[in-house]
Amino acid sequence: MEFVATAAERDAPLVSLRDVRFAYGERPVLRGIDLSVHRGQVVAIMGGSGCGKTTLLRLIGGQLKASAGTVEVDGRDVGGLGRAELYAMRRRMGMLFQFGALFTDMSVFDNVAFPLREHTDLPPSMISDLVLMKLQAVGLRGAASLRPGELSGGMARRVALARAVALDPMLILYDEPFAGLDPISLGIIGQLIRRLNDALGASSVMVTHDVHESLEIVDYIYFVSEGRIVAQGTPGEIRASADPFVHQFVNAEADGPVPFHYPAPSIGSLLGAGAA
Amino acid sequence: MSGPFSAIVAGLRHVGKMTIDGVWRLGFVTRFLFAVLLASGQSLTRIHLTIRELYFSGVLSLLIITVSGLFVGLVLGLQGYDILQRYGSADAVGVMVALSLLRELGPVIAALLFASRAGSAITAEIGLMKTTEQLKAMDMMAVNPIARVVAPRFWGGVLSMPLLAALFSAMGVFGGWLITVVVIGVDDGAFWSQMQAAVEFDYDVLNGVIKSLVFGTVVSLIAVFEGYDCEPTAEGVSRAITRTVVTSALAILALDFVLTSFMFRG
Ligand SMILES: Nc1ncnc2c1ncn2[C@@H]1O[C@H](COP(=O)(O)OP(=O)(O)OP(=O)(O)O)[C@@H](O)[C@H]1O
Ligand SMILES: [Mg+2]
Repeated sequence: MEFVATAAERDAPLVSLRDVRFAYGERPVLRGIDLSVHRGQVVAIMGGSGCGKTTLLRLIGGQLKASAGTVEVDGRDVGGLGRAELYAMRRRMGMLFQFGALFTDMSVFDNVAFPLREHTDLPPSMISDLVLMKLQAVGLRGAASLRPGELSGGMARRVALARAVALDPMLILYDEPFAGLDPISLGIIGQLIRRLNDALGASSVMVTHDVHESLEIVDYIYFVSEGRIVAQGTPGEIRASADPFVHQFVNAEADGPVPFHYPAPSIGSLLGAGAA
Repeated sequence: MSGPFSAIVAGLRHVGKMTIDGVWRLGFVTRFLFAVLLASGQSLTRIHLTIRELYFSGVLSLLIITVSGLFVGLVLGLQGYDILQRYGSADAVGVMVALSLLRELGPVIAALLFASRAGSAITAEIGLMKTTEQLKAMDMMAVNPIARVVAPRFWGGVLSMPLLAALFSAMGVFGGWLITVVVIGVDDGAFWSQMQAAVEFDYDVLNGVIKSLVFGTVVSLIAVFEGYDCEPTAEGVSRAITRTVVTSALAILALDFVLTSFMFRG
């Protein structure tokens, strides 16, 4: 049966990407990504803005299909799944969107209850208990009756987090959970991600560019640049790394292997053309 | 190439491109309609979803439909009386008011109002849900947004349109009665009895209902499609809303001509 996993299955990574390539139209974004997430781990994927982190999460969640390579979740090739199978898999995944993506026509309570109401036949009293437990876990039980418009950015993120874990998923995907948060909320979200992961026995993939917060809570880190993995390691290894890319990222230096500019013709040629 | 010739070529190219784009878009809409129909099971099994949308598109349009129907009826009564009394048949004003409303003005004006009141709201709502990634989030939660968001709004619109058109016609007849019988002094009995004798249910009423069903389907389809298809930005949503209103109006008027020419050829 599905529940009696052999030792080999337990040790196999929950998520594994092999030589994954992806392009939006003509523009390649990912040029051969290999990474794996083992069960129980929290893994961070880091890289500059626009390097393809959100794209990577969409590939894992099956919203995009890789143009080459394989994306496997729990031993199944995500790109090859039909709609029904994909939906069956997504019921065991939670995703925190970069901007929360709460349903604006529902209260906080109904937002968290949404996956439970859609996918279970639980009686209302049970749903209410579960929702309040999830909201309690993110510290927002008191906000249950508020509308998403009445929440601050950090609160909305926490509600979205509660909604993402409503069905006790095996895999949680976080897109920029720290963006735009003050240092205190940032720490709270970081701790929540770790606690929820361990309490649910889930695995988590977190896309971020916040190095210091991530180093505190994750088990493994991948650095992405120009569509490739350029460095990886445990937090200890990353802190000790002499790799110039890692060094630039950890110390937030403007100059280094990561370019500041979106690819463009040199500004000199443009200014020259304007003068001519 | 230069001069007027190249301008003509450019103009032709533009027309050609618009035609091809239009045909493509029509194809997309048709495929979208099939996707909506295929995903409509939930709108029936979880009927409260559809009833909620029926409330939003139907009940919230009640005021504008009632008031507009009344005014259109008042004007019809005035104009009808003015023309008919020249031929000494002012008593027939009830017939004229009722037939114009049931056959044409009820379905057409109610649909135009519905497109600008409810259609634009549906496009805006779905477009904003797309822009703020709510539809993607739903999809990631293994809930099909076409079944959960689009189909109930579509059916809500389809069902509320005939009811709104009927209400519009009823209010119009009431307005016509008010101005001709109560104010001008046309004979009350003649007003109603002539109307009763002249209006045929199978012909006038039924064809009017068919028209409003067709308009309701088309406007609802345009509204949900434009919302679902919009570019996920603020300008994208506002352009989609404009397109909903403009396309709906054109579609209603063109279809009205087609339907009328099949239904009422004397
Ligand atoms: N729908 C799309 N169509 C075309 N190009 C896209 C699309 N979405 C993203 N891109 C491009 O793909 C690249 C990667 O986008 P992605 O959203 O994955 O970046 P990201 O790493 O998540 O960035 P950020 O940290 O700013 O969120 C970007 O350069 C962007 O311009
Ligand atoms: Mg992103």
